[in-house]
Amino acid sequence: MRCQKCRSEASLEIRRHHAAFCATHFLDFFERQVERAVETGKMFTREDRVLVVVSGGKDSLALWDVLCRLGYQTTGLYINLGIGQYSEESQQKAAAYARSLGAPLLIADIPGEFGIGVEQFARATGRASCSACGLSKRYLFNRVALDHGFSVVATGHNLDDEAAVLLGNLLHWQTAYLARQAPVLPSTHPRLVKKVKPLYRIAEREAAAYAVIRGIDYIVEECPNSVGAKSLLYKEALNLLEQAAPGTKQSLYWGFLERGLPLIRGEDDPVLRACQYCEQPTTAEVCAFCRMTERAADRMRIRRCHEQSLSVARSSGEANRARSSNPVPPHAAATHGDLPL
Amino acid sequence: MKVLIRQQKREIEIAGRRSVRAVLSELRVNPETVLVIRGTELLTPDAHLDDEDTIELRPVVSGGGV
Repeated sequence: MRCQKCRSEASLEIRRHHAAFCATHFLDFFERQVERAVETGKMFTREDRVLVVVSGGKDSLALWDVLCRLGYQTTGLYINLGIGQYSEESQQKAAAYARSLGAPLLIADIPGEFGIGVEQFARATGRASCSACGLSKRYLFNRVALDHGFSVVATGHNLDDEAAVLLGNLLHWQTAYLARQAPVLPSTHPRLVKKVKPLYRIAEREAAAYAVIRGIDYIVEECPNSVGAKSLLYKEALNLLEQAAPGTKQSLYWGFLERGLPLIRGEDDPVLRACQYCEQPTTAEVCAFCRMTERAADRMRIRRCHEQSLSVARSSGEANRARSSNPVPPHAAATHGDLPL
Repeated sequence: MKVLIRQQKREIEIAGRRSVRAVLSELRVNPETVLVIRGTELLTPDAHLDDEDTIELRPVVSGGGV
């Protein structure tokens, strides 16, 4: 297969564009697609300070790399979610990449700040892991952007991510989510920072190819909590369609942006106000993140008390067994009801 | 040739010259879901592989998200 620009051996075939490129011309293609997304979407200019949320994975590091090369002012933000070894390794990848780029990296540490990670948030509140994780990330990148005076937050969501989310929202007719599924989400509240997705024209496979060609050392292993995630099921279905009919994902998402979104935009537009605890924008009195952390703290407190009571009961039992020749009344061991909640 | 299947953390041997497309089809891997890498070089589906080649099938699909 030959590069359609220079006829040298191709590195990547892009079937949805009926094209193939060598490494050099693929990088040109990639940069052009990102530049076009940024400019046509009026995402930001070279005067804006852009906070790029990086996970250590291929998409976000490719995004950071290409924005730097295109001359935008960027700072990375890594959010440590407290997912054991996975978070440690991905943080190392993000930090090493920042050093190689010579670009600043901010780190938000969820276990450091809240005492527990997103897995514990999920368990304590009955949320799915990806839901607790997504909520925490959205909350933190908005707060960090506000605290550090960034006018826009960029995330590494690619065409496949957006097509999969769109499919999920369509299957369940989530009209409120559909109305907000755009690559540019403007600030609609003084404390809500504009959010953009400059890779929405780039397929997931192209983002990975960009990272490999540029020699970006990203975390290849998938988050352990994503096993069984609905988004992966939707991606699998879309990739089957894409294999049989190249361009399906692009036509689904870009077609939605062009023809579907204008029909439903403004529907179910939420009215935002400040959370009474943290002042972050929310539709309720208390924002979803504060509700989650509060519930998690309550559950953890209850669990700690329960563990303490079991431990008291156990030691009482052992003491009773030790004093079996001189038994104590049964009510004396029932001390756990007095423990503070 | 040696095929490192990164997602399943295993390596397999396939004998005989064939195309990348044929290898993926034999292993029932959707070409949309992987990059095929030899050394530092990305391979297109029509590229031919010989017995002495070592390739990596690197998954590109990630889940969850913000």
